Amino acid sequence: MDCKTSEPRRGPRSEDTLPASAASAVKVVIVGGFGVGKTTLVGSVSEIRPLTTEETMTQAAVGIDDIAGVERKTSTTVAMDFGRISVNRHLVLYLFGTPGQERFWFLWNGLFEGALGAVVLVDTRRLEVSFDVIGRLEDRGVPFVIAVNAFPDAPVHSTAELRAALDLHDSVPVIHCDARDRGSSRDALMTLMRYLHTLATANLEPQ
Amino acid sequence: MSGEPADGGTDRIGRRGGQWEGGPERLYVVSAGRGARAARPELDLVTLIVARGEPGPDCRPEQAAILHMCDYPLSVAEVSAYLRLPFSTVTVILAELLDSGRIEARAPLPAATLPDIEILEAVMHGLQNL
Repeated sequence: MDCKTSEPRRGPRSEDTLPASAASAVKVVIVGGFGVGKTTLVGSVSEIRPLTTEETMTQAAVGIDDIAGVERKTSTTVAMDFGRISVNRHLVLYLFGTPGQERFWFLWNGLFEGALGAVVLVDTRRLEVSFDVIGRLEDRGVPFVIAVNAFPDAPVHSTAELRAALDLHDSVPVIHCDARDRGSSRDALMTLMRYLHTLATANLEPQ
Repeated sequence: MSGEPADGGTDRIGRRGGQWEGGPERLYVVSAGRGARAARPELDLVTLIVARGEPGPDCRPEQAAILHMCDYPLSVAEVSAYLRLPFSTVTVILAELLDSGRIEARAPLPAATLPDIEILEAVMHGLQNL
């Protein structure tokens, strides 16, 4: 090294570097409630150990009982885990595991706007969380598929029951997956890609 | 920065300045030094950053760390993770490095309304090879 620095070098391990030819990246968002297995899914398909990017959220808290009306500001650190898959020498796919609450989505610029689509990871023990997430994605026009993460003690529902419970459009794919399993997680991503491909192809056809 | 118009103020103001003397537009002229920054596309989580050279003696430690770690392409999200700094803080440092020409930013592929079929096919092919 020609440069003397007092601190240890930070950055990826040599095996985690991308080729110099990497020209552009795309992203997919894995959305779901706390503990549903987002990071597990990201970790099982990622070529790097999942990393964490943080953002600080400042909330203005107004003390209702305070007659002076003084505003207090509290800041919270929100973390988002992500992983990476090199698609080929030029294209990289990033996977971001994102909390289901919309207020987090604005913290990272363009998280959803620039994403190819989303995988909604569902825990059948807490379906109501997914219900909110699905509504928000629909509002924003983000295409998504549903992946039901298999927890051993979770109630088993048929795809038709889930569809009805989540009030899904017939075209939205629903699959069962095991986020711990690389092949199963890959299949969930593949389902999203095929769905997006179908949407994109249909869009090209003359009306 | 969000308070500035998207259509790049300086040109318009240059042309119309004579008619609107002393209006709020004057503030634009004063802050015109930042105009070029506002016009550049924003850094995305997956914008790939590549260093254009070694850090010089004038580099601050975080800047030097970024130039070192980006000898090969690295996304803004990864830079944020390795530096353990919030994403918004990292984008400010990266913007400075971009302004001084020390790094190159490779913009993500836009997924306008629906992604490009060729991109999807490339991703599917990549996933099959996992």
